[in-house]
Amino acid sequence: MEITIKIFRYDPEKDERGHYETYVVEGDENDRVLDVLELVKGKTDGSLAFRRSCAHGVCGSDAMRINGRNHLACKTLVRDVGANITVEPLLGLKVAKDLIVDMEPFFDNYKKMLPYMINDSPLPADGKERLQSPEQRARFDESTKCIMCAACTTACPSYWASDEYYGPAAIVAAHRFIFDSRDEGASQRLHILSETDGTARCHTAYNCTEACPRDIKITKAIGEVKMAMITGKLD
Amino acid sequence: MANVHQFDVVVVGGGGAGLMAGLYASKTAKTAVISKMYPTRSHTGAAQGGISAALGNYEEDKPEWHMYDTVKGSDYLGDQDAIEFMTNEAIDAVLELEHMGLPFDRTPEGRISQRPFGGHTNNETGKPVRRAAHAADRTGHMILQTLYQQCLKNKVNFFDEYQVLDFIIVNGKAAGVVAVQLSTGELHTIHAKAVIFATGGYGRIFEVTSNAYAYTGDGPAILFRHGIPLEDMEFFQFHPTGIYKLGILITEGARGEGAVLINDKGERFMPKYAPTVKDLASRDVVSRAVYTEIKEGRGIGGKNFVYLDIRPETVNKFAALDGRTNPDGSPVLITGDTVLLKIPDIVDFCRVYLGVDPVTQMMPIQPTAHYAMGGIPTNKFGEVVIDDKGTAFPGLFAAGECACVSVHGANRLGTNSLLDIVVFGKHAGLKAAEYSKTVEFEKLPEDAESASRSEFEALRTGPGKANVYDLSNEMKKVMFSEVGIYRNEKDMQSALEKVRQLKKQFKDITVSDTGKIFNTELLNAWELGNLLDIAEVVALSALNRKESRGGHSREDFPDRDDKNWLKHTLVWKKNDKLEIGYKPVVITKHQPKARVY
Ligand SMILES: Cc1cc2nc3c(=O)[nH]c(=O)nc-3n(C[C@H](O)[C@H](O)[C@H](O)COP(=O)(O)OP(=O)(O)OC[C@H]3O[C@@H](n4cnc5c(N)ncnc54)[C@H](O)[C@@H]3O)c2cc1C
Ligand code: SF4
Ligand code: FES
Repeated sequence: MEITIKIFRYDPEKDERGHYETYVVEGDENDRVLDVLELVKGKTDGSLAFRRSCAHGVCGSDAMRINGRNHLACKTLVRDVGANITVEPLLGLKVAKDLIVDMEPFFDNYKKMLPYMINDSPLPADGKERLQSPEQRARFDESTKCIMCAACTTACPSYWASDEYYGPAAIVAAHRFIFDSRDEGASQRLHILSETDGTARCHTAYNCTEACPRDIKITKAIGEVKMAMITGKLD
Repeated sequence: MANVHQFDVVVVGGGGAGLMAGLYASKTAKTAVISKMYPTRSHTGAAQGGISAALGNYEEDKPEWHMYDTVKGSDYLGDQDAIEFMTNEAIDAVLELEHMGLPFDRTPEGRISQRPFGGHTNNETGKPVRRAAHAADRTGHMILQTLYQQCLKNKVNFFDEYQVLDFIIVNGKAAGVVAVQLSTGELHTIHAKAVIFATGGYGRIFEVTSNAYAYTGDGPAILFRHGIPLEDMEFFQFHPTGIYKLGILITEGARGEGAVLINDKGERFMPKYAPTVKDLASRDVVSRAVYTEIKEGRGIGGKNFVYLDIRPETVNKFAALDGRTNPDGSPVLITGDTVLLKIPDIVDFCRVYLGVDPVTQMMPIQPTAHYAMGGIPTNKFGEVVIDDKGTAFPGLFAAGECACVSVHGANRLGTNSLLDIVVFGKHAGLKAAEYSKTVEFEKLPEDAESASRSEFEALRTGPGKANVYDLSNEMKKVMFSEVGIYRNEKDMQSALEKVRQLKKQFKDITVSDTGKIFNTELLNAWELGNLLDIAEVVALSALNRKESRGGHSREDFPDRDDKNWLKHTLVWKKNDKLEIGYKPVVITKHQPKARVY
């Protein structure tokens, strides 16, 4: 079938501002949008720039706006979006070239969440694992799925309004540890998130949850973090 | 040379092996980790099923059994000293990951949960044993996240989105690497006393593969061009269950949970090929079985695929027939929810890419190129060894899929790679840091970046007759069909010639993008050069080995030949010619015998 794909193009070494180019390629309805981009790059314009690696939705490289919504190009099939496709870079992060945005601010926010296990208590005397029940493990399962693709944060109106906001992805990272029964750093993270750039900026727009390619219930997770802040309880 | 940085140890690669190396080296030495992608995007994150260790959390298990299974799985080509070292370290390695915060699934008692995997057995009964520690079907994702988090905690220096192009040698010793910063196109020289390569695999030489776009063999190719040999490159693992046409992996964990393979006649065919462990035989065995079914006309509708069936009714039926029980002795009775709980990502892949729901429908699968057993030769400390006498290259280390220790021999057991990257990543890091204390920095050459600059220059100014996309597709097709699951002299000869011809055409490439910022076209072209170099070595090594062993199956030499071929292959590049040599296999406890499952 014939696929028409309109792509945002911006080369900082040549262009004053971004513009759109339209390409027509021969493809299949089962092709991923990523396959279509590869085809355009391979056959028509080699200079087209986008990130990708795993090609099956697990590495988080190729989040972009497809027909106006954030998706992973490798997890979106032509049959889902139709033969007329518009592809643009994520909003809210600076465009470096074409579909590539500057991810540094995004990773910086992640790093602010103390995203690692904090537990200074001695390990079990037998040297084995710290025990955790299946129920305790299930408590934070959702937020372990995050692949840091930035689809959520860059779909968030609060983040567009102020990029000082840590953003939903960072809160998901904090959630993953706050509710892990083995972790002892919850109060530090809750404190960080109670600052002005933390959860207070979330106005439950749900855009994040809708954008997440890992189906993480982000708004719910943020709600749980807010609740923990109020009640001081972690269950 | 405007951009020069200095570190005691530099690690090339931010996957599981590189992060572990970086974490351990940075404890005592000034260390940097360089990665062409943000580390969290490394392919370790794609690993699904589990990491092996004889924890025995459900049933009796021992490191000795793990060792024997790995030796047998390797078709006796694995070096037994290294295998024993790895399986002995396995338990502590997995516990250390847990202590770092890795969210393993749990047993009812709160211990790390484990599942069966192909080739892992109770050595007394021969039955599958639960040895694969797992976190749903995203164990690799959790390992990658956890190690990255630990590196942040320990303030490891990262160069994210810098791609290493060259290895600097001064006075026969490692002296650093040259890298390009993707966002600016600037070259950087990283001056170091010790260099650890951990760049992952090179499955992108094949058409149907579970491997990421980034799996272009950069590390092995760079070193190979510097005269360092590559070991056992003929051994590439084809995983039996890739999603039809796309190659996306469906973890062996699915069969661990009871799924079975079904042909066009509706028949469960694995018992014909592996009467004892059936669908949980070693990967090479299952891939050949699938291929044979297809070749003999029993693919679904006569096509190139068969079904993998994890529908609860099927799983329960065959579990009862096989006498499989739960750890507490009760009969296996799974439901649709069990499937969703145990392999949620697989369910998602099937729904998204195939429109198939594994709870109620069968999954179309075909073998997919999956894992490189061969690579940069190392000993168990990660030191790169450059000949048959174990001579180490001063200051050069490698770990992970790009390395060949060799613990996987002719065929890797599932879950042993995640173990490999953690164990040998750690030891490479420790050894490199230790080495860096014993030497001074070598003086950098006048222009360390000149070779990289001219490689780029050549790609930018070729006559423009060839196109990266087409050349790369041609290479992948010929490698998959002629140096694939079954091989023979005639096909491999033709593949080798084809690859050599493509290498000539590659010289004619022109990159149209003249910019510096994120010039992915230039980098993809450079990567294709690596893939072609690797493909040539794979085809040559395969053509040269006149026997069948593990992942290398020859129609014209169907049997294993221990008399002539119980040895590792080494291939060097010398004066633009490829030279083949060998080195002995280390055999300690287990003498080779026939391999039946
Ligand atoms: C789909 C899939 C499922 C798997 N499941 C399992 C499993 O269940 N159990 C198991 O044991 N094994 C599994 N494996 C195998 C295992 O995941 C890999 O072999 C292992 O993770 C490789 O780790 P690594 O650290 O060597 O490489 P990677 O994690 O791939 O890391 C390579 C790193 O090198 C960097 N790099 C590469 N080239 C350059 C360069 N030129 N310059 C700078 N940086 C560079 C990349 O950016 C990346 O950070 C699976 C593999 C696949 C593909
Ligand atoms: S929460 Fe979802 S959308 Fe946000 S970064 Fe993680 S995976 Fe992406
Ligand atoms: S390429 Fe990895 S998520 Fe799309």
